[in-house]
Amino acid sequence: MHPIVTLVAQRLALGFLLLFAASILIFAGTTMLPGDVAQQILGQSATPQSLANLREELGLNEPALTRYFDWLSGVLQGDLGTALTNGRDIADSIGGRLKNTMFLAFWAALVSVPLAIFLGLLSVRYKDKWPDKLISAVTLTTISIPEFMIGYILIYWLAIKLRWFSSVALINDNMSLLEKLNSIAIPVIVLTLVVLAHMMRMTRAAILNVMQSAYIETAELKGMRMLKIIRTHAFPNAVAPIVNVVMINMAYLVVGVVVVEVVFAYPGMGQYLVDHVAKRDVPVVQACGLIFAAVYIGLNLVADIVSIVTNPRLRHPK
Amino acid sequence: MIRIPPAALIGLFFTLLFFFCAVFAPLIAPYGMAEVVGDVWEPSSREFLLGTDSIGRDLLSRMIWGGRTTIFIATAATILSFFTGSVLGFFAAVSGGWVDQALSRFVDLIMSIPSLIFALVVLSVMPTTILTLIVLMGLLDSTRVYRLARAVAVDITVMDYVEAARLRGEKIGWIIFREILPNALSPLVAEVGLRFIFMVLFVSTLSFLGLGVQPPQADWGGIVKENKEGINYGIQAALYPAYAIAALCISINLVADWILGRTTSLKGGRG
Repeated sequence: MHPIVTLVAQRLALGFLLLFAASILIFAGTTMLPGDVAQQILGQSATPQSLANLREELGLNEPALTRYFDWLSGVLQGDLGTALTNGRDIADSIGGRLKNTMFLAFWAALVSVPLAIFLGLLSVRYKDKWPDKLISAVTLTTISIPEFMIGYILIYWLAIKLRWFSSVALINDNMSLLEKLNSIAIPVIVLTLVVLAHMMRMTRAAILNVMQSAYIETAELKGMRMLKIIRTHAFPNAVAPIVNVVMINMAYLVVGVVVVEVVFAYPGMGQYLVDHVAKRDVPVVQACGLIFAAVYIGLNLVADIVSIVTNPRLRHPK
Repeated sequence: MIRIPPAALIGLFFTLLFFFCAVFAPLIAPYGMAEVVGDVWEPSSREFLLGTDSIGRDLLSRMIWGGRTTIFIATAATILSFFTGSVLGFFAAVSGGWVDQALSRFVDLIMSIPSLIFALVVLSVMPTTILTLIVLMGLLDSTRVYRLARAVAVDITVMDYVEAARLRGEKIGWIIFREILPNALSPLVAEVGLRFIFMVLFVSTLSFLGLGVQPPQADWGGIVKENKEGINYGIQAALYPAYAIAALCISINLVADWILGRTTSLKGGRG
């Protein structure tokens, strides 16, 4: 078998193992902690009878291991259980929300990835001159403010003062694509700003790393123009690290989505998760946690595989 | 005499100012933390410099008290994170073998779930007290410190003086604290600032989501949550914490950059 196939297969197997372990961790996190889950859900004023009923309903009287495997086998068959708070099927509630979240993340990625790479290249081209300094000052600022605060600052200026966009991002299936895009404009800008900063800085570092190689110096010494050096020598060698950076930041985007959805009352997975954490609805939290972890692990896995495929040096481990 | 570059000096000044306000909040704040003193969302005046908040509390006082809470939690969590992370990291590096493998794979596992998601999962069953927040954030973040500490310590454990200490029959505690720690200190110190910033952002996010510091206790994330409705009427109350956090984080970044530059130049450049 080709060595790449073996390596990729190994990575995939490792990814699944990691996901399995993560599911144990999420389950353990919600069940084996000190304190009585039923008591936490119902509060201090709960009667012993209602506590006993809830324990029965949650299956808390059975050993944790049995409950874990019941839960896992359900999840593998697409049955995420029912929500404690409204008794609805979790998989049904998540379906549409997951689509909305992906819609938001997709547009944020579509805007931020090309922009980050372009700005990264620009700041390498003008390293230590004013464009580089300006870009790094702006990105330092956006890194230093939490996502939700960037959200409110933009709502204040773009939606309230200038009235360009609406301050809530409500979307439904009856809207045309253009209406939807107008509605999610500010959330997309917020996510772009947050991810852009990290992605651009990492891209800049990746290209600078390549620029310090001996072959770049040779090209410089033979009198090649800077932009041409970047295009023909630096960029091809920087593709693998850049793709890696992009994937890592997509994983980061998935987390940023959680907070941004709450800010804009966007009907997605993140808001669903946060709402149900506050209501202490454990089955929903477990299901959402697992899905977020799966997406995160999946994107990191893709980053790994891309770097193996594009970087010949990684194919021949010492 | 150490020459401090102007950027670091500005950073240092503002960092110290924030910590000073945090420590002496009871003396500086014009009003009490949860004291209702005026009307809802009064504009800024001589009486209330930043105006009042959503239920008529003085916003400047809320900001100062809130900064105290946020900075206290972030500091405590950073200390816990560094203590746990570096001790375990050094321990793994010195022990090697299966201890190292087990600890490192466990850390990989925890890092495979985003910190925020993990925190939300745990907070769905734990009471949201300040102690829970500190322990949770500190332990989750210690995984990053662990990786750094282990990476640094692995290079040190192969040194002759560590080997000599082992041959002398020193215990593992001696090796960690007397041989490894002093030599691994500078890269760890440079990391402190960045972890602290992360903690400030983390606790603010949790509070904003309503899962961190609980009202009436003030904290920067909570102030945004309490006043976010005002934004729709063009009231800036919810934006002040954003300016405060940005100022604090940028200041610390400036100081951290300077320390990082100094420690690496001591070793003759990066790497």
